Amino acid sequence: MSMPYYVAPEQAMKDRADFARKGIARGRGLVALRHSGGVVIVAENASQSLRKVSEIYDRIAFAGVGKYNEFDQLRVAGIRQAELTGYQYSRDDVDARTLANDYAQLLGNSFTHGMKPMEVEILVAEVGLSGVGDDQIFHIMYDGTVVDHDDACALGGDADAVTARLAEGFAEGLDLAGAVALGASALGGERTLSAAEVEVATLERGEDRRCFRRLASDEVSNLLGA
Amino acid sequence: MALPVFESGDDPGTDFARLLSRTGVAQPSAVGLRPEDIPHATTCVALRFDGGVVMGGDRRATSGHLISHRSMEKVVQADSHSGVAIAGAAGPAVEMIKLFQVQLEYYEKVQGTALSLEGKANQLSSLVRSNLPGAMQGMGVVPIFAGYDQRRETGRLWDYDLLGGRYEERDHVATGSGSLHAGTVMKMGFRTRLDRDAAVALICRSLWEAAEADSATGGPDMVRGIFPIVAVIDGEGWNRVTDSELETVFNGIVASARESSS
Repeated sequence: MSMPYYVAPEQAMKDRADFARKGIARGRGLVALRHSGGVVIVAENASQSLRKVSEIYDRIAFAGVGKYNEFDQLRVAGIRQAELTGYQYSRDDVDARTLANDYAQLLGNSFTHGMKPMEVEILVAEVGLSGVGDDQIFHIMYDGTVVDHDDACALGGDADAVTARLAEGFAEGLDLAGAVALGASALGGERTLSAAEVEVATLERGEDRRCFRRLASDEVSNLLGA
Repeated sequence: MALPVFESGDDPGTDFARLLSRTGVAQPSAVGLRPEDIPHATTCVALRFDGGVVMGGDRRATSGHLISHRSMEKVVQADSHSGVAIAGAAGPAVEMIKLFQVQLEYYEKVQGTALSLEGKANQLSSLVRSNLPGAMQGMGVVPIFAGYDQRRETGRLWDYDLLGGRYEERDHVATGSGSLHAGTVMKMGFRTRLDRDAAVALICRSLWEAAEADSATGGPDMVRGIFPIVAVIDGEGWNRVTDSELETVFNGIVASARESSS
């Protein structure tokens, strides 16, 4: 009878992390940043129909990088969770922090116990009711690590370089056009991304119940041109 | 609470009611109540005009011969370009509307595109049908669904029966205890190519006549400043008519009624 090979837990975790990171690094990244009117998410995405950024609830948006089917499954689970909570209790009882924790549990579980870790990183953003201080941006890693960011964050391949470029360009009180331009240039680096190559959506602070808005391609090209 | 994740063969898809039952959030059911024990909501109307549809409903809910609520909202926005109005048992009706609103938005977010207007009307059918046990006990809900069809660029209306039967109407619909009178007023006053203001005035007139003749329908409450709910749905979307505009319209109706009786 053959004995299974002994693999040290450190090694097993490292192998899984490497596997997940490789999968994530293959795809294009995205950034989220605060601006004067809310939170904007800019994703590098050549497809006009397969979305990386989407609406979860009244004030909450979702974005994912990595394997499409995996983060899309997480997106739908998030919508379900939010709608169930809002239906059972009140729309006011749905918040991004709880959702980020639930995602962290799911991703953490699949990282340690699953057949394979999920090859995704996701972002949950919420625009606050009253002002800039209430906005929240959570970045959840493939292993369930949650990081919350004050101003801006980058997900996906080459995230360190993108983060550095974001931090360099970020200024308090950026308007939407400035934020979209900064996001696109941070993602592009040496390259200049056109409006057709990015997907942009915002969470806008305002009177409306549903704050999520997707920017049409010509609107993005206007903002990038300015 | 763990995230609701399902196996691919076992996924409740875009149906929110199915998601509710799968996750154990129980559906309410009314058993052993008499109809006169619970509040009922009454007259709601809708008509098509040049740019879309106008919906209206009075604010009274009755339990038997008692007025149980004076400011109930029976006409509510379903989503950006549609609205729903209800007559029947108030509790199940309000619950049905809530579920309907969540269902439309849930579908839109999960699927990435909104349902067609006809799809929404169909969806409401199945909610009415699911209330069949309630309907058998006299706690039926009979809604009206109306909206602006963005694909066909026109207003459309539907009414329903207790069993979830769905009927698209061309010009106008009325539901509830005052529907006979309200429907007759709309029938007499309806013309093709009504403009918005004329349509709002006709809706108000029909609710006024229904309140005159039906004790379960409330008229405008000038003392408390409670007016029927009237909403216009056109290419711009749902827009509730302000109380001050309604006050002007009803003052006109009152003046003409006074004139004809003096």
